[in-house]
Amino acid sequence: MKARSNLGWTLVAATTGIVLAALWLAPLLWALSTSLRPEYETISPVFHWLPREWTLDAYAKVLGAGNVPRWLFNSALVALLVTVATMGVSLMAAYAFSQMRFRGRDALFLLAMLAFLLPFESLLVPLFRMMNSLGMINSYAGIVLPQVVSPVVIYVFRQFFDAIPADFREAAILDGASPWRVLWSVYLPMSGNIVWAMAIVTFIAAWNNFLWPFIIVTSSDMMTIPLGLTQTYDAFGVRYAQLMAAALLGALPVALAYLVFQRRVTHGFLAATGLKG
Amino acid sequence: MPLLANRRRETLPALLMLAPFLAVFLLFFLVPAIQTFYLSLTESSLTRTSAFVGLANYATLVQDPSFWASLGNTFYFALLTVPSLTLLGLLMAMLVDRFTRAGSWLQGAYFLPFVLPISVMTLIADWMLQPTSGIVNHLLGMQRAWFADVHWAMPMVAIGTIWWTVGFNMLMFLAGLRNIPRELYEAAALDGASGFALFRHITWPQLKPVAGTALVLQLIASLKVFGQTYIMTTGGPFNTTRVTLHYMYETAFTQSDAGYAAAIATAFVIIVVLLSLLQGWVARRLGGAA
Repeated sequence: MKARSNLGWTLVAATTGIVLAALWLAPLLWALSTSLRPEYETISPVFHWLPREWTLDAYAKVLGAGNVPRWLFNSALVALLVTVATMGVSLMAAYAFSQMRFRGRDALFLLAMLAFLLPFESLLVPLFRMMNSLGMINSYAGIVLPQVVSPVVIYVFRQFFDAIPADFREAAILDGASPWRVLWSVYLPMSGNIVWAMAIVTFIAAWNNFLWPFIIVTSSDMMTIPLGLTQTYDAFGVRYAQLMAAALLGALPVALAYLVFQRRVTHGFLAATGLKG
Repeated sequence: MPLLANRRRETLPALLMLAPFLAVFLLFFLVPAIQTFYLSLTESSLTRTSAFVGLANYATLVQDPSFWASLGNTFYFALLTVPSLTLLGLLMAMLVDRFTRAGSWLQGAYFLPFVLPISVMTLIADWMLQPTSGIVNHLLGMQRAWFADVHWAMPMVAIGTIWWTVGFNMLMFLAGLRNIPRELYEAAALDGASGFALFRHITWPQLKPVAGTALVLQLIASLKVFGQTYIMTTGGPFNTTRVTLHYMYETAFTQSDAGYAAAIATAFVIIVVLLSLLQGWVARRLGGAA
């Protein structure tokens, strides 16, 4: 009796799980199927799940002409710069907040955490005005710098540093090491997992950032891929095979990062919410 | 004595370690945050600040039907997304948690859309919902222009958003589920509990704090909606999907009325912070009652 009801539940759960997974993958698979067709097939009145004629034409067109390669390059450059800068800046700040003694430390930390509370969206107008007066509209520096303010990352690193026994640090300081040296050769080697997790999550977030580039970039050749993809109707007209090819190319780097580093990505996103994985 | 000397010696190195962060924090967060409030008290364009006008922008704001309409649209979006994302996230987490090996495949499928750029989601949605050759209309045997339909535009934006972001809610619930000690289930099973009784008496009480966190984070995220509606419908049809941040954006960047836009931003921040505090309080009470 009990075994049977357990089996029943398992069947219901398995069916629901698989149906949901299929629903969640379907849009991506449909985009893939569309991108592998010749353009005329996408508007053909006869419906086919799979291409009748398989072709990489759409990808060749998207990569051969127009701005998609440039947007992909911009996104890669911006995401890398944001990630490296955020890790450097946040590791140093977290070390100071966690391990060093100075007046006003806790007040300053609380102030930094304010950035949690205020949505970035509310800063857009003065940020744009500032960038405009600094001549940083349509520049890489303008796109990158505001994204480096990342209190979540500092919070996560500080928590991690807090848990490292002070003996390590004291031993190094007795040997005459500078705080820099201690961070670099004592703390960093012990923090490999969390640094990687936060770095990958930061990279994904920077690659995907739409709002800030949307505000700060007006010229097509400075756009990142999430922004550029919203301009593709102008670039290609309504050509759905090419649109889907462009979309999938923009998705590929982050999708790969997720699939390859699944555990680290999960760990990083959870750390950022304050929940344990 | 050595401790004191130590404390003094660290101030300068500590400031050096903090300097890069403080620089970007001041320049790109603190100063703009203060400026948003200051601008809201002025008559300003996108490039120049003209006159201090006190609370005049706020006086205009409370009587501005477009502002209230945009707020209404924002809350409608939140209503469509917050409960559904939370419940679906919980369901997905329970499914992933139930199957040891297949679970990680399910998790991958549910979470994958969350790591993709917003415009990948909007482009695919646009193609699937295309009136004449879209797959949705084909399967339903219709020719509906979903995003041009007053009744369907916002629900479709909501469905796109649910597909795109539910993975994050699933992840939080999954972490919560995995923190529940297995012994609780074993003990309850010995007492003859099964199925829904297990969920009601063990899973849910243990999960309440996580559910509270997920709800607050989701409410904030939903109220901050902008990209989805802006890209998919540009606020249409007839402004029925123009949300508050979209209205702020238009006011600032199309009308070049930075002062009024800053007032909208300030009011918006107050609403978001108050609501998240309120919901956090309710969630804590729920957790405390358990």
